[in-house]
Amino acid sequence: MTQFPIQKIREDFPILQEKIRNKPLVYLDNAATCQKPAAVIEAMSHLYRHDYANVHRGVHTLSVRSTDLYEGAREKVRQFINAKSHKEIIFVKGTTDAINLVAQSFGRTQIKAGDEILITAMEHHSNIVPWQMLCQQTGAVLKVAPINHKGELQVDQFEKLLSDKTRLVSVVHMSNALGTINPVKQLIDKAHARNIPVLLDGAQAIPHMCVDVQDLDCDFYAFSGHKLYAPTGIGVLYGKQELLEAMPPYQGGGDMIRKVTFEATEYNDLPYKFEAGTPAIAEAIALGAAIDYLVEVGMDSVATYEAELLAYATEEARKIEGLRIIGEAENKGAILSFVLDKIHPHDIGTMLDSLGIAVRAGHHCAMPVMDFFQVPATARASFAMYNTVDEIDVLMDGIKSLIEVFG
Amino acid sequence: MFDDLRDLYQEVIFDHNRNPRNFRVMEDADRTVEGFNPLCGDRLTLYIKLDGDKIVDASFQGSGCAISTASVSLMTEIIKGKTIDEAEELFEKFHEMTTGKDEDIQLEAMGKLAVLAGVREYPARVKCATLAWHTLDAALKNQETSISTE
Repeated sequence: MTQFPIQKIREDFPILQEKIRNKPLVYLDNAATCQKPAAVIEAMSHLYRHDYANVHRGVHTLSVRSTDLYEGAREKVRQFINAKSHKEIIFVKGTTDAINLVAQSFGRTQIKAGDEILITAMEHHSNIVPWQMLCQQTGAVLKVAPINHKGELQVDQFEKLLSDKTRLVSVVHMSNALGTINPVKQLIDKAHARNIPVLLDGAQAIPHMCVDVQDLDCDFYAFSGHKLYAPTGIGVLYGKQELLEAMPPYQGGGDMIRKVTFEATEYNDLPYKFEAGTPAIAEAIALGAAIDYLVEVGMDSVATYEAELLAYATEEARKIEGLRIIGEAENKGAILSFVLDKIHPHDIGTMLDSLGIAVRAGHHCAMPVMDFFQVPATARASFAMYNTVDEIDVLMDGIKSLIEVFG
Repeated sequence: MFDDLRDLYQEVIFDHNRNPRNFRVMEDADRTVEGFNPLCGDRLTLYIKLDGDKIVDASFQGSGCAISTASVSLMTEIIKGKTIDEAEELFEKFHEMTTGKDEDIQLEAMGKLAVLAGVREYPARVKCATLAWHTLDAALKNQETSISTE
């Protein structure tokens, strides 16, 4: 293992000291949501104890402090993903909210009957259903690029599905069910050659790798705070300024307006045009604290460390007879999805829980992926920067024992 | 290693999971209903044959976890020979036993079904045990051709 300050990092996450069923917690459900460092918990607590008020409204001291912290968090997000301007950073509830915003605001004005939207067969439901809803509203058609048996996108098929009718490509950066990291730069180049904008669902990718939206040249990038060591209820939609400028507001209300009369309303500038109502102030500020924490650790170090964890887990899992890994892409993030012969994932989940190990058992909100691999569900161990090789050993011992018990 | 789980995974459950009883398609069924648990993807088809108001045969197909497979396997054994009213009464008792609303429920009176009482302590698994019975309920009421636990 490389020099990674794993002990210090573990100490920074208070919940990792918890005992589950009298055993040390082994938290391997990070793809669903990850745990929070003390710095994030303290940022929220400190705000509510000392600096909290509504943002962009009052002239009083606390409102100014909250506004500064809230806008400071936006600037941290901008730097973290290397966006050109703070105007391109829209605070939303999460990835799902971000995708729905694009579907309804961009989609309903730019996409009409007969137009096509291209996604892939490995999308999370949140990157399928908003487009199906848009298709129902507009008469557009949803196209799906297939995957192969390793769980990789078939890039040649993807390219064939790009047509003169394609108005938007929406692709997952890293799959939550398989761990596959898509060759997004290549996909963006192909789409841009036909002037088609691309949205990346970055919910899984963002905590595991450096994301540079200018380098990727994506048109939209969506992610959630809670998978990035920050609270729930906060997420980000990045969009290129010229695209966002041309889009109508998604929701109406306070903060997104400049002037309101009963005859007409003048909308506010970016990014506020898309932030109707009082936002998730404390959550946004805590997202800024999570980003500070990650910048200090270094996303490159996180990526390297997690790659070692995944390689070790994969190697050990392959030694277990009757275990089948679902998703064996060449380029993969720290997710190990698997099934066991004749043992249902739900039984795996309950049995591992009795050993203090938290894994996800289910369809991972990706039912089409389950159908493709002809399994009703999988068990999924998903890793974060605070997991260790020892925890992977505990997981593998647990799997071996439950196989014995089931006989 | 799994001592804490002995109440949930009793030997009878492993036995029914390995060798489910009445696991077959019934071509001449009077009632056929599909049960689906969207949370975990468990899916079963329940077949019932009636003679008047008496259940003369019950069988199933499908795939699920050990708890749901054992539950439906045990259920098909137990309801054979019962009237529709008796089966509905058993469903109510089973529901009370697994959701833990009735603390004083007489487990002895539940017969073999008592092995599933352990799910009370595992709220995330209650639906695994009750899927079979909700499907039976729909079959006996003859109202729907598919049900979901959600």
